[in-house]
Amino acid sequence: MVATHEPGKQYKVIGTRPIRHDGYDKVTGRAQYGADIRLPGLLWGDVLRSPYAHARIKSIDTSAADAMPGVYATVTHADFPTVEDRTIDAGEGTVNFVRQSQNVIADKKVHYRGHVVAAIAATDKNTALEALGKIKVEYEQLPVITNVTDAIADDATIIIEDLVGSDLGNDVHNTNIANHFRHEFGDPEKGFADSTLVIEREFNMSMVHQGYIEPHNATAIWTNDGRVTIWSSTQGAFGVRSQTAGLLNLAESQIKVNPVEIGGGFGGKTVAYLPPIAALLAGKAGRPVKVQMDRKGVFEGTGPAPGGKMGIKIGVDSAGKIQAATADFKFEAGGFPGSAVGAAAICVMGSYKIANTRIDGYDIIVNKPKSAAYRAPGSPQAAYAFESVVNEICEQGGFDKLQFRLDNASHEGDRRADGPIFPLIGTEETVQAAMDSDHWNSPLDKNPGNGKVRGRGVASGFWMNGGGKSSAELSLDADGQVFMNEGSADIGGTRASIAMQAAEYLGIAAEDIHPSIPDTDSIGFTGVTGGSRTTYATGHAAYNAAVAMVEELKVRASMLWGIDASDVEFNDSSFSSKSDPELKLGWKELAARLDETGGPVQTAGSVNLSAAGNGTATHIVDLEIDPETGKTDVLRYTAVQDVGKAIHPAYAEGQIEGGAVQGIGWALNEEYFITDDGTMANSSFLDYRMPTSLDLPMIDTIMVEVPSPFGPYGVRGVGEVPLAPPLAACRDAIYDALGIHLYSTPMKPGRILEALEEKKKNS
Amino acid sequence: MPNEITVTVNGTEYTDTVEARQLLSDYLRETLGLTGTHLGCDTSSCGACTVLVDGQSAKSCTLLAVQANGHSVTTIEGLATDGELHPVQAAFREEHGLQCGFCTPGMMISVAQLLDRNPNPTETEIREGIGGNLCRCTGYHNIVKAAQTAARSI
Repeated sequence: MVATHEPGKQYKVIGTRPIRHDGYDKVTGRAQYGADIRLPGLLWGDVLRSPYAHARIKSIDTSAADAMPGVYATVTHADFPTVEDRTIDAGEGTVNFVRQSQNVIADKKVHYRGHVVAAIAATDKNTALEALGKIKVEYEQLPVITNVTDAIADDATIIIEDLVGSDLGNDVHNTNIANHFRHEFGDPEKGFADSTLVIEREFNMSMVHQGYIEPHNATAIWTNDGRVTIWSSTQGAFGVRSQTAGLLNLAESQIKVNPVEIGGGFGGKTVAYLPPIAALLAGKAGRPVKVQMDRKGVFEGTGPAPGGKMGIKIGVDSAGKIQAATADFKFEAGGFPGSAVGAAAICVMGSYKIANTRIDGYDIIVNKPKSAAYRAPGSPQAAYAFESVVNEICEQGGFDKLQFRLDNASHEGDRRADGPIFPLIGTEETVQAAMDSDHWNSPLDKNPGNGKVRGRGVASGFWMNGGGKSSAELSLDADGQVFMNEGSADIGGTRASIAMQAAEYLGIAAEDIHPSIPDTDSIGFTGVTGGSRTTYATGHAAYNAAVAMVEELKVRASMLWGIDASDVEFNDSSFSSKSDPELKLGWKELAARLDETGGPVQTAGSVNLSAAGNGTATHIVDLEIDPETGKTDVLRYTAVQDVGKAIHPAYAEGQIEGGAVQGIGWALNEEYFITDDGTMANSSFLDYRMPTSLDLPMIDTIMVEVPSPFGPYGVRGVGEVPLAPPLAACRDAIYDALGIHLYSTPMKPGRILEALEEKKKNS
Repeated sequence: MPNEITVTVNGTEYTDTVEARQLLSDYLRETLGLTGTHLGCDTSSCGACTVLVDGQSAKSCTLLAVQANGHSVTTIEGLATDGELHPVQAAFREEHGLQCGFCTPGMMISVAQLLDRNPNPTETEIREGIGGNLCRCTGYHNIVKAAQTAARSI
């Protein structure tokens, strides 16, 4: 069923701010997260991690641990089956079963420090910890590669010996480059030749982590019918099912995944690290097992966002029109292939119309954790580099930074630099709203007289947004209340935003719909909560179920009235006859009479959406910097974004605020500080410095609504694009304040001081 | 080494034998089943495990259960009284002061304790009051608003 937005339609539920259905449970401590699962006979699982970043495993001896009282099972890679060399879509990235099997628990080599080498199930936490200490692993240490430059050097140690890389489609052996691809349109060299100003820059970026507060966990129990039931904190219960099936050579139908509340994910909880381990331990132990990560394990052993080297070249003519642009992205995949470099290429020029473009992307193996999706995966790295060069072009060319973006904005019908044609897109409207904003039009006192200096920065960003598969079901109670099952993990209020789309069509209040997220046996396939797809795609599924419910209820009314169903119309939550105005039934009246017309009404909706409305954003930031210490404070922040249609404005704003703040952290403080031996030196929340409440002002949001042509209400995904602009916006503000350009993230106090020293030397 | 402790948790007195190395957070979660106290970092950095000990906020992951012997502990499960949400809980719910909800119990305990000692905090004082509680979802925007709403309603 294709439903399209009707412009100008007035809504009753869409655009309001009802309290979330799960709010009561989440403010009283009743909400059940993965770590809260309690089962009779539950064992405590834990993992042993490699102390080396690159080493061959010569032997693993678990006998002393196995002999310990209270130890029920140990597991190593040897317990895992040989798996199919097959790659599946994991929602925001792909999973190859062979590589994931090696990543979840090391086979012959450890590829990064913190790589799991063994797992254990014991009666309690302390017994498990003691037993882990008794596992003997003999390693042969190998040279460690911690950056892309070393990884692609001619004499580089090859991290994955059996890797067959691809260079523009040709197989390559003996390489750390898993993939090199290119998108090229027009004639970039001619475009640069036609330009009056060309700037080329290279940027170095460090890995960062999603930083969800809840660590990963998984609980598993086998039942007598040979099925395993899993509880796990995940963005997609069906993803856990398919990944666990793939790694354990089970049929997906042998696995049931119970969704639990999820304490943040931001892309990082699309990969099933622990469920296969918990399932194997539980099978061996014959008892249920719960495995949880500690924070150090989360940092060392899950999937951060890639760092790497980002090269950008842009040429403009004297009127400020971009003539050509190229990008060269060398992304750190981590210890196994599969970084977000493909999405970086999709996003990097998404805010612009450029005739001549070339993008080279490299996916490079290094001895760091295997990277995973992080909120608009690849786009923040791409935007940091590209938007920074756009800002330098504006400075040198004398162009107003927002007018330049407006003059070069992408529009419907333009070609994206990786090929597809843009559908209706709100780039221009978003930039214009930034130009019209109070923030942009309020002067900034750059020298406040407190010894500090201030600067204002701006940058834009793009995320294509996802569609994909989702399922929802509605059932109507005799009192008119509607119960909804839907398959999407709720990270930030999607129960509400999905229910509201059904409620709008049914003409009832959001509170009259009661959403549940059932296990994978009990709802149709639904993709991960990721790609900014959930409110759009699962909302569309719920809308389709609502349409089906109304059609069924028209039939029921026609049966009561003895007329043809085509004579029944539905308006304002009541049913009436087109031909006889006397025949009318309200929502609750009809609900109370279902038994007279065949019994309960239950409907389902599902979608597989190939298209989605793109997301664009422009952010403005004022920073205050202490030139003595390099410390940066955020004074004011405005995030402008095209949301298509804000279903629940408070939750759309919440996504934008949260994304902007993650971007501020990435820009100014956050990094994997990796020593030469591949050790993450800051693997705690004390040293991995995420923004606290003290680091931030209130975040102003301006939502632009350019309705997406796809879907019933014009909604665009909102969750991810707000992480794209902040890095370059902060860099721009630092330049505005201090006259220094930085080429690395994070732009931490030390880097600012170094750049100031350099500037002093050169002047 | 086993130790007998007597602790009042959410108004109920418990006497239990615990290992000396058992953390208060694990005692609350594993022994008493009060899983509203969350664990995020193990190093008292994130504040998800914040509880009140004799009315003072404390990170339960860096206290031993034996240290709570003879003291009174309030967890998120004890914040509401007689089925009525504490004003801080009501404000977080109404102001959309949460997204994933994981930091929320510790965050609300910190706000409740702040309002206990300072019923009319400025925005800066609120930010200082929750400075030891990390939230990764909200950017703190709606959390600050919820604290302001709670202050007005107390």
